[in-house]
Amino acid sequence: MRNFVSERAQAIPPSGIRKFFDLALTMENVISLGVGEPDFRTPWNICESSIYSIEQGTTSYTSNKGLPSLRDALSRYLGQHYNLPYTSNDEIIITSGVSEGLDIAIRSIVDPGDEVAIAQPSYVSYAPCVTLSGGKPVPVRCTEKDHFKLNPDALLESITPKTKALIINFPNNPTGAVMNAGDLKAIADIVIDKDILLISDEVYAELTYDSTHVAAATISDLWERTITLNGFSKAYAMTGWRIGYLCAPKHLCDAALKIHQYIMLCAPVMGQVGALEALRSAEEDKNSMVNEYRLRRNMIVAGLNRIGLPCHVPEGAFYAFPSVKQTGLSDVEFAERLLKEQKVAVVPGSVFGEGGEVHLRCAYAVSRKDLSEALGRMETFISGL
Amino acid sequence: MDEKDLELLRILEENSRLSADEIAIMTNLSTAEVENRVHALEAAQVIKRYSTVINWEQAGNGEVSAIIELKVSPERDYGYDRIAERLSRFRQVKTLRLMTGTYDLQLVVTGKNMQEVSRFVSVHIAPMDRIRETATHIIMKSYKENGQTLFEQQESERLLYSF
Repeated sequence: MRNFVSERAQAIPPSGIRKFFDLALTMENVISLGVGEPDFRTPWNICESSIYSIEQGTTSYTSNKGLPSLRDALSRYLGQHYNLPYTSNDEIIITSGVSEGLDIAIRSIVDPGDEVAIAQPSYVSYAPCVTLSGGKPVPVRCTEKDHFKLNPDALLESITPKTKALIINFPNNPTGAVMNAGDLKAIADIVIDKDILLISDEVYAELTYDSTHVAAATISDLWERTITLNGFSKAYAMTGWRIGYLCAPKHLCDAALKIHQYIMLCAPVMGQVGALEALRSAEEDKNSMVNEYRLRRNMIVAGLNRIGLPCHVPEGAFYAFPSVKQTGLSDVEFAERLLKEQKVAVVPGSVFGEGGEVHLRCAYAVSRKDLSEALGRMETFISGL
Repeated sequence: MDEKDLELLRILEENSRLSADEIAIMTNLSTAEVENRVHALEAAQVIKRYSTVINWEQAGNGEVSAIIELKVSPERDYGYDRIAERLSRFRQVKTLRLMTGTYDLQLVVTGKNMQEVSRFVSVHIAPMDRIRETATHIIMKSYKENGQTLFEQQESERLLYSF
């Protein structure tokens, strides 16, 4: 029999943490700092309105772009909160999570042979999605020295005549780095000068602790060449609902919409109803979750630095990204032994691409009690090295 | 009262047993500043006291609580204040509020058993001057107190790793 698996599918690497996952499943009392999702439940007003809509029989497809009421509410929200002008009719698509938004954004712009620069360390889907479109992912290394912001010189070096687009994600998973207006301006100048497109994944925008989030598309003339991705998962603790959105100027949105309508038709309607309620009434819930993350962020940063894992202050998302250099272990060794010996799950930084090696991603989307316990176990582990 | 004070109040309202050191780390303040601010909030009576949310039903002390609504004729010059302050003196009255609507005052009263609560209402509350009408509701079960749910909630299963 032939090998039916496509070359593109073969070209995608398997998950970098499969073995950790399998190992952790065989253990009891593991505290996991390895999750990329909030530990809160979805605020009940959101759940309740979704349940009610199902009772009322709201179970059909929606328009491809998503419920008009949700797009209207989003358009207003993005304008008021981020100064982002996207019209609800032509420039917003509701997607099945940011994951789908990312996929259709990349597929709608990447041709075989195109290069796509990716600021790394980064979320693990970017490079495989580029590969699946026949493009070539080109990592741009962000370093600890720059607090994991994207360095303009490093970006310039990675750009060739084949470069079609740049993917950034700030606040960043896994580093927690944030780019302010000045940082983004330096990147914008390059992106405009080199005539490339920007895909900005801003799913952690609401989780910005020490400043106000700056949307990339509001900088210089970036708007006309930016696809903004965002969603409800992180800010409203709605990961399982799978509701994200893609915003872009009409001609880019239309291209993405063609793919969306064939592969997804529409995002799940009950999720869209919940998302609408999130915009209408969950501002306070969101704020109290953000406040709690901020307190935990301060706890984990102080704790990691105290036990000998130097860590810059992550200004956004819910990840700390300490270095394990001083321990003499690699990030993979550290993570594996920490799991086996002290039952604390963290993700080795190298999983997130270039610049991630000898670091750990420690998610602080866990209760303060578990966070304290995990830090205690990590201290025990380090003092036994 | 600034943003940091409000943050301290939110933290303490949720868990007043945290040490000044722990709160200092979470808020990026020094331990001394946390202590000073908390003392100031205590002195200003913003922090009235530190208490504990207890599931008494679980503790099994068998106490009975009732919500009692009162229609009251307000007094010239004093409105509801004097009678409300008088009612507040009873140890059995745990909570007392003035409200809009059909009734004027709402009390939460506790007693050892139903007889004690009804005796308290009929002997001490109902006959008071200016009280025109009472409605007593015995509390059968408490599901949530001060933001804290009292029933068992299923832990949601999260993956141990996700990106």
